[in-house]
Amino acid sequence: MTAPTKVETTEEHVEETGPGNPLGTAVGNWWARVRGGDAGSLPALLGIIALVIVFAALRPNTFTNAFNFANLIHQAAAVIVIAMGLVFVLLLGEIDLSAGYTAGTAAAVMGVVVTRWGWSWPLGLIACLLTGAVVGLLIGLLVAKLGIPSFVVTLAAFLGLQGVLLQLIGEGGTIAIRDDTLRAINNNDMPVWLGWVLFAVIVGGYAAIVLRRGAKRRSSGLTFEPIQVTLAKIAALAVLLGLATYWLSIERSRNPAITSLKGVPIVVAVLLVLLVGLTFLLTKTSFGRHVYAVGGNAEAARRAGINVGLVKLACFMIASTLAAVGGIMLASRDNSISPGTGGASTLLYAVGAAVIGGTSLFGGKGRIVDAILGGFVIAIIINGMGLLNQPSSVVYMVTGLVLLVAASVDAISRRRARSTGRV
Amino acid sequence: MTVPEGAAGAATATDDAAPLLSLRGINKSFGAVHVLQDVDFDAYAGQVTALVGDNGAGKSTLIKGIAGSQPFDSGDYVFDGRQVTVTNPKHANELGIEVVYQDLALCDNLDIVDNLFLGREVTKNGILDEATMERRAQETLAGLSVRTVKSIRQVVASLSGGQRQTVAIARAVIWNSKLVVLDEPTAALGVAQTEQVLRLVRQLADNGLAVVLISHNLNDVFQVADRISVLYLGRMAAQMKTKDVKSNQVVEVITTGRSDAIGGITNGNGELK
Repeated sequence: MTAPTKVETTEEHVEETGPGNPLGTAVGNWWARVRGGDAGSLPALLGIIALVIVFAALRPNTFTNAFNFANLIHQAAAVIVIAMGLVFVLLLGEIDLSAGYTAGTAAAVMGVVVTRWGWSWPLGLIACLLTGAVVGLLIGLLVAKLGIPSFVVTLAAFLGLQGVLLQLIGEGGTIAIRDDTLRAINNNDMPVWLGWVLFAVIVGGYAAIVLRRGAKRRSSGLTFEPIQVTLAKIAALAVLLGLATYWLSIERSRNPAITSLKGVPIVVAVLLVLLVGLTFLLTKTSFGRHVYAVGGNAEAARRAGINVGLVKLACFMIASTLAAVGGIMLASRDNSISPGTGGASTLLYAVGAAVIGGTSLFGGKGRIVDAILGGFVIAIIINGMGLLNQPSSVVYMVTGLVLLVAASVDAISRRRARSTGRV
Repeated sequence: MTVPEGAAGAATATDDAAPLLSLRGINKSFGAVHVLQDVDFDAYAGQVTALVGDNGAGKSTLIKGIAGSQPFDSGDYVFDGRQVTVTNPKHANELGIEVVYQDLALCDNLDIVDNLFLGREVTKNGILDEATMERRAQETLAGLSVRTVKSIRQVVASLSGGQRQTVAIARAVIWNSKLVVLDEPTAALGVAQTEQVLRLVRQLADNGLAVVLISHNLNDVFQVADRISVLYLGRMAAQMKTKDVKSNQVVEVITTGRSDAIGGITNGNGELK
C-alpha cells in the first residue's frame, strides 16, 4: 500500500513562487495573507502614515520639521525598548504589568550608584541592568516555578516596585543625572558622517543577509523569494532610511551659532542594535523557536522536551532587563529620576506599542519590530496632540481609543486566521 | 516467550523474527488500583501491532509505560534484544521509541518544519539551520509518500485533521526511530482522511518500523494490523495474528476477556481463568 496519499485542501494556497511577474505575484501573495488575517505590520504602518498626514496638515510648521522629528525619536525610545521586552512576555501569552516601575526602579538604582555614591557611569549601567535582571528573575520564578498567574505577580510587583522607587529616591525628592555620558544616551546626536555610516552599514548588512539567504536556498533547491522582490525590499529600506538620515542630518537648531543640533540621535543606534540582536535571538536560535512554541501550545512544547519553565523564566528576565534599559533612556532624557519615572502611562504605552505593532495578546505571535512601529504610533499621537495644544485629558482618551482599535485588529485578525486556517 | 508460542501457536516462524519490543510480566498500580497485571506484550519490526481493549482496560497505561512517562512498577522491558529500564520520555526517545498522542501536541502558530524539529532543532554554530531542516523534512515526508501538503512552510493551523496527523507521525519518524506508538490516530477524522492516515500507518511498517496502533475501530485494525493484542481489565487477554481471527471473535475478547472460538489460538499468558 504505497500509493501516494492525496487529499484536497479546501483553502486557497499561496505559492511562494509563481508564474508571471514575480513582483506582482509577491504583492498578490502578501495581500492574500493580509486578507487571511495575517496583517503583520500593515495596521501600524497605515496608522503612522495616517497620523503623519493628519498632524502635518494641522501643524505644517511644527510637526514635520527636523527638530520635532528628532524629538519624536527621543520621546519614543524608552517606550519602544520597554515594549521590545514586553514582546517576549506577550509571546508566551503572559503579561508584565510591572515593566514601567521596573524601569523607574532600575534607573533609580543607577542614579544612587552614579550620583549619590559617585561611582563611574559604566558601573551605574551595570547596576541598572542587574536590577532589571533580578526583578525579572523573581517574577519569572514566581510565575514559572510557583505557577502564580503573571497578571497577579506583576501587579504585585507594580505596587511593590513603586514603593521601592520612592524608598530609593526619598519622599518628594529627585535624583539628578549629572554624568555627561548618561545624559548623552537619549539627548545627543552622532556626528553627521557617523549617521551616514550607520545608514550604509544597515542597508548593506540587510542586503548581504537577504541576498545570501536567497542564494543559499536556491542552491539547496528550496523555495525562494524572487530576486526582484528581494531587491525591491532593499531599495525600499534604503530610500526610507536615507530620507530619515537626511532629515536628521540637517541643522535643526534655532540658533546654530550658539549650539549646533544635527545628526542621527545616538539612541537610534541603541534601538537598532537591540532590534537586530533581539530579532536574531527570536528567529534564528532554538531559544527563540521555543518561545514561540511555548506561546503557541505550552503542552506541545513540554512534550517536545522543551523546558517550559526555563523559557518563561528567561523571557521575564529579558523583559525586565530591557525595561531597565528603557529606564536608562527615561532618566537620560529627563536628566533625573523622580518618583514618577516609569510610572503614569509608561507601561500602558509600552503594552499599547507592542499590540499596535502587531504582537498578539493571546501569545505565539509577535516580532521585535512591532515594538518600534507601535512605539512610533504612540509617540506621534502624544507629540502631535501636544503640538495641537490638546489637554492631557484628550491625549489619554485618544491613546486609549487607538489601543482599543489595535486590540480589535488583533482579535479580528485572529478570528479571520481561524476561519481561513492561519494563525 | 519466543515468537511462535506468543503470537499465534499455529503460525510458522518464517516471517517472525524476534520481537523488537518485548514486555514480560508488567505490573502497574495507581494506589490501590492494579491497572496492569502481569501483562506480556510484543511488537515486531515491519509489522503493525494493534492494541485494543475497552475503556479502562489499561491501553493508555501500557503505552505511557512504554514511552517512559509513567514507568512500570515491575516486569521485564526488552527492546532490540536488550533489557532496558525506561524511566522518562527522553530515554525512550534515545532508544528509538516515539509516541504520537491522541491530542497531537503540535504548535498551531509554527509551520510544518518547525513542528517536525521542535525541541530538537538542527543548529550550526548556535544558529538554526533552516535549510537542513527543510530538506530533511521534505525527505521524511517523501519517504512516507506524503504528497498532500503543498508547502512545508505552511503553519500547522492551516492543515486538515489528516494532514496534522501526518505531521505528528512524520515527527515521530524523522529521528530514525524504531518503534512508533500511535494513540487513536483516526479518532477524529472523516472517511477519506482516515483512509489516508491508515495508508501512512501501513507505510511506516513497510518501511521497517515496528508500529503499535491503539484503536477502538476494528475496521481500521483489520485493515492495517498484522497482529492484534487485546487488553481486558488490565490483563493481556489474547495476542493473535489478524489473519487467524474474525472481527466478532475480537469483539468477544474485548468485551468478555475470552472467546471459545479462538481459545486454541490465544496463548496461556494473561488469559482470564
